[in-house]
Amino acid sequence: MQFMLLFSRQGKLRLQKWYVPLSDKEKKKITRELVQTVLARKPKMCSFLEWRDLKIVYKRYASLYFCCAIEDQDNELITLEIIHRYVELLDKYFGSVCELDIIFNFEKAYFILDEFLLGGEAQETSKKNVLKAIEQADLLQEIKTLMVYQKKYM
Amino acid sequence: MSDVVEKTLTALPSLLSLDSQPGSAKLSSTAKLGNLIRGITELTSKHEEEKLIQHELASIKEQVSSPNTTMRQMRELMVRAVYCEMLGYEASFSYIHAIKLAQQGNVLEKRVGYLAVSLFLNESHELLLLLVNTVLKDLQSTNLIEVCMALTVVCQIFPKDMIPVILPIVEEKLNHPKEIIRRKAVLALHKFYLIAPNQVQHIHNKFRKALCDKDPGVMTASLHIYLQLIQENAEAYKDLTASFVTILKQVVGGKLPMDFNYHSVPAPWLQIQLLRILSLLGKNDQRTSEVMYEVLDESLRRAEMNHNITYAILYECVKCVYTIHPKSELLEKAAKCIGNFVLSPKINLKYLGLKALTYVVQQDPKLALQHQMTIIECLDHSDVIIKRETLELLFRITNAQNVTVIVEKMLDFLRLSKDDHMTIDIVGKVAELAEKYAPDNEWFIQTMNAVFSLGGDMMQPEIPNGFLKLLSEGFDSEEEDRKLRLFAVSSYISLLQGEPSKLPQRFLQVICWVLGEYSFLKEDLEPSVVLGLLTKLLDMKSSSSETKSWVLVAMTKLCWSEAAVSEAQQVAETYSSSFDTTLRQRAQELQHLSRDSQLHSRVLPPGGRLEPDEVDSSLSFLDGFVSEALSAGAAPYKPLHQRQEELSRSKVLSLEPYGLSLPISTSSCSITDRQSPTLLSTSSGLSGDGTDFSHRGSSTTLRLDGVKRVWGREGYLAQKKPVEEVAQVEVPSPLRSPSQQGDANSCRSKTPTPTANPECDQEKQQLASSLFGGLSSQSSVCLMEKSEPDIQRFRRKAKGQRSSSTTNEQRANPTVSSASAVDNLLCNNLLEADTEPINSSAKQTFQHPHSLSVANGACDAEAILTDGDPKERNQPLSSEDFVEADDSPPREDQERSKDSCLTPHLPAELSGFSHSEIIPLCSSQSLDLSACHVQTDNSVVLVVFITNTSEDANLQIQVLSEELEVFCVCESPVEEVRGRSVSVRQYSLTVKMPLVHFELVGMLSYSIPAGMPQAMMQFSYKLPLTSFIRPLTVSTEEYGSMWLAFSHDTKQNLTLIKEEREPLTATLNALNKKLSLHVVEIIGVEGLVACSLLQDQPCLMHCRVHAGRLAVWLRSPVPDLPDCLLYHCQRALQEP
Repeated sequence: MQFMLLFSRQGKLRLQKWYVPLSDKEKKKITRELVQTVLARKPKMCSFLEWRDLKIVYKRYASLYFCCAIEDQDNELITLEIIHRYVELLDKYFGSVCELDIIFNFEKAYFILDEFLLGGEAQETSKKNVLKAIEQADLLQEIKTLMVYQKKYM
Repeated sequence: MSDVVEKTLTALPSLLSLDSQPGSAKLSSTAKLGNLIRGITELTSKHEEEKLIQHELASIKEQVSSPNTTMRQMRELMVRAVYCEMLGYEASFSYIHAIKLAQQGNVLEKRVGYLAVSLFLNESHELLLLLVNTVLKDLQSTNLIEVCMALTVVCQIFPKDMIPVILPIVEEKLNHPKEIIRRKAVLALHKFYLIAPNQVQHIHNKFRKALCDKDPGVMTASLHIYLQLIQENAEAYKDLTASFVTILKQVVGGKLPMDFNYHSVPAPWLQIQLLRILSLLGKNDQRTSEVMYEVLDESLRRAEMNHNITYAILYECVKCVYTIHPKSELLEKAAKCIGNFVLSPKINLKYLGLKALTYVVQQDPKLALQHQMTIIECLDHSDVIIKRETLELLFRITNAQNVTVIVEKMLDFLRLSKDDHMTIDIVGKVAELAEKYAPDNEWFIQTMNAVFSLGGDMMQPEIPNGFLKLLSEGFDSEEEDRKLRLFAVSSYISLLQGEPSKLPQRFLQVICWVLGEYSFLKEDLEPSVVLGLLTKLLDMKSSSSETKSWVLVAMTKLCWSEAAVSEAQQVAETYSSSFDTTLRQRAQELQHLSRDSQLHSRVLPPGGRLEPDEVDSSLSFLDGFVSEALSAGAAPYKPLHQRQEELSRSKVLSLEPYGLSLPISTSSCSITDRQSPTLLSTSSGLSGDGTDFSHRGSSTTLRLDGVKRVWGREGYLAQKKPVEEVAQVEVPSPLRSPSQQGDANSCRSKTPTPTANPECDQEKQQLASSLFGGLSSQSSVCLMEKSEPDIQRFRRKAKGQRSSSTTNEQRANPTVSSASAVDNLLCNNLLEADTEPINSSAKQTFQHPHSLSVANGACDAEAILTDGDPKERNQPLSSEDFVEADDSPPREDQERSKDSCLTPHLPAELSGFSHSEIIPLCSSQSLDLSACHVQTDNSVVLVVFITNTSEDANLQIQVLSEELEVFCVCESPVEEVRGRSVSVRQYSLTVKMPLVHFELVGMLSYSIPAGMPQAMMQFSYKLPLTSFIRPLTVSTEEYGSMWLAFSHDTKQNLTLIKEEREPLTATLNALNKKLSLHVVEIIGVEGLVACSLLQDQPCLMHCRVHAGRLAVWLRSPVPDLPDCLLYHCQRALQEP
């Protein structure tokens, strides 16, 4: 995988993870163009895109678009499932996840992503193991309670 | 689950309204981030956002640099900085603090620090060096979490040069009791392998250990490395095939813990990874493929559930089945699977189905036929991606019968397309198809018009260049040429009369050139009319100055009539004061040439077209230089592709993943890359800019596509089987999959669909018959022949003919011929002149005037010794006379007589074999040395004849060579030679290392009469590599497997022998005759040739007719052998 982007229906970037070295300028350009292209597509259309010389796999969950760029020989369908598994992980971790969780706790979303995908490859596909690793790292319960607190009052 | 998410997310607006209420979450430090985020969402303009963020960044900057900030606060600040960067604002001041946080914070803070570092910095950032110590410390920490974090960051970014520092510790982690650590360590090694493969060379056995790890997660991680390794060199890992198969069997059989299930499918990621590895291992390898048939069958069978994840596995399975050595049962099942994809109502699956079809249609064209109705539906699909993929599929099944329909569809698509990338790609394809299969002139010109107007200024420059070249070079018949050009002219005139301002610049340039060159063909057209139209272009605001200069050049060509001259001069007047120097130059030319009609008709003869400069693209005139350099020990030339391969092997990671990829197939490029660089130079403006030569190879994009793949990158794909299997698959297979899509299927099966109304249906049927016309009647045969030149209407004049005529001209031209024809004598002679003061082969010296200065001295000094032809001895040593002497018939006669008088002395055991001409080596008063070489079945024997014309003599001969092993057949080196007799010595020769020519140096010491003081003579003998070449009789299958095993290769384009019918056969026969290469098989436009260097050093040659040239690819286990042999092939084909 070359990179993963999360952006909202309004085109706001929520998360970006680059697995190939690119300059900031290139990253911005790619993000801008890709967000435009994906947002222009209708709901019933194919989730795969040939964009420049990359294959783009994207999926929309409510107001959030998850978008991955993969290499030519990679399997599109399994990438779609990688996205889905990531959403499952977020959902399990945050407890029925919503866009706000990701906005306000984006560093957590990154931690989960790093446990799941490492260097662009699926590292651990067992849901239980990923979450276990995250929770171990979340040693201080404080974070968790804070989050719950935040969610309750927002 | 996704439903749950969606429900939650749709509730967002209400949450958002809550969210704007003040006072929530004041307690937390993350609240500051919350405030920032909320602040941003309330803003309405980009400008306000910018102000807010700048303010925010200023406050972060102030805080991070304050010494009072705690690590805990720092953590929060970093999160905010990351957020600002995500919004696109630079926060580079915080990078160093992120590193500090990773270094000094507690576990939680460290985690944020590492995250910020991995998000902020990229691999080459200099600050990254500061991280090395931190990582090193954390790797050695007793806290598991810290080790995990360090490994995670290492997997993402780590400075390449510092890998050795942490490598031992990471290796150690492979033995860690915790599987998560082991897994991350394996992934870290994967990362190291990607960025610096040579650093982890020594730990390949540790990868094997990881593969055998008891934890499936660690094993899965190790597969990433193996996939990479096997992609690079499948041969080295064939032994692991059985292990991978066993693992896959266990996974498919559900032997893994439930944790690894994903929607009740066991470890799909692992399965797909294994399938990819297996397909790489089984590619072109029957034995390895056989090992995996069973498990593939099992995978295909198990994956029945109707869920995306099973389709993902099926898709990978199908790809694997079609990649490895074919097996009919599996192919049948895979074809059925593809059917399920194509017919699926789910758009993603349909897309993949089309993709799979595109992939297999070259092997199995019938499959496309089965799904023709679906393909037609997809052509009109609302999703542009589906359409695009369908066109790609159609592109691959295009033939002369369906070309008009398919091109029409492509043009329709282009008219609607907005994506530049797609446009460039498809325009190239249309141009290629048009050139290959155009049914008539009219269609061709109109299609190209569409290509030019739709492709605009984005398309590859090869397209207009190629088109103009096609027009100017013409085809085999003059009449056809004329018609085509005439049609182009009329078509362009009417375009210019319309709205030229709408045409792209490139198209206008093409029009200008064509009108300038060929508008005289249209008899009823006055040049002044054309000039008028061209002037209009000059006045157009949209015309670029490049276009204007094309216009002026066209005008220059046209201004030969009275009426035109005055108009031209007016224009020239206007532009001769232009600011643009090129325009001014062109205007000056126009002015001068229009004034002086005599000069004009000399420079630009009306109606005649200037022959473009002949270019000797094979650079044959450099052969001498090359062979000299080679014999002086220079490294043989490596073609571009080989150099790049070597380079890429040493390069670790491509830093340019987004390079514009034009559809130029690498093979066609690499084959033509020896062409002369002068091809690219522009010819002078007067003869027309349009005659610029484009790079031949690159204009023919994707030539190979329609061709049945006989040869893969790795070699010969045995093709007997697939043909049989096609026949089996053809048996109408029930396309429905009973479990999932009962109804959907019935309306989408092969038979006409009842859903649409009958009229529309009929239309589709018609379309189908026109699209798949060529396929249904002749099926695979038709596809096979697609690229054969006979079908191609606009066959370009074969390059081969051109260059061979060039060489002929060179031959005729004495100054040039001396360079090329005598080249090998050059190196021969200079060497001899140095090493051999007594005498060199006189005949050779004569032929080569350049070496006379050296050779002369030698001859002079030893003239007394020379006991050759008395006439020769008395010759004054001027070069002309030497040349004459060479040509004089008496000498030839004498040679011949010598040959015939020595031939009977050939040893009896050698008399049955062919021997080379007997040539004199050296001579003294009474001794004459001559030699020839005899090619026996398994050796080459050098025969030296010693003719003694006086009394008995004692003599001793030594023959040596650096590149050859010389073995003397006789016993004693000293021999008595009786007076007036001929004595014969034999030396058997074997090759130590291949060279283009081998040289033997010899020394003869003698005493006449026996017992007198010794005298010495030196001599040398030269023989070509071809003397050692023997035909190698192998079958096509053996050839295929040998091909794969050989590592040294070279590629080049050679001249085809001119012959009407079968240029390939004629060429290969010539090679067979001249170099005794064995022709294994000729398949269509490809030929397989094999030979060996004496008995045991094979060399294989693969030939393909490509753009009128013979693209050859030689492979051998012996280094340098392909290069040397190639040299001889080149020579053999150039000789008349």
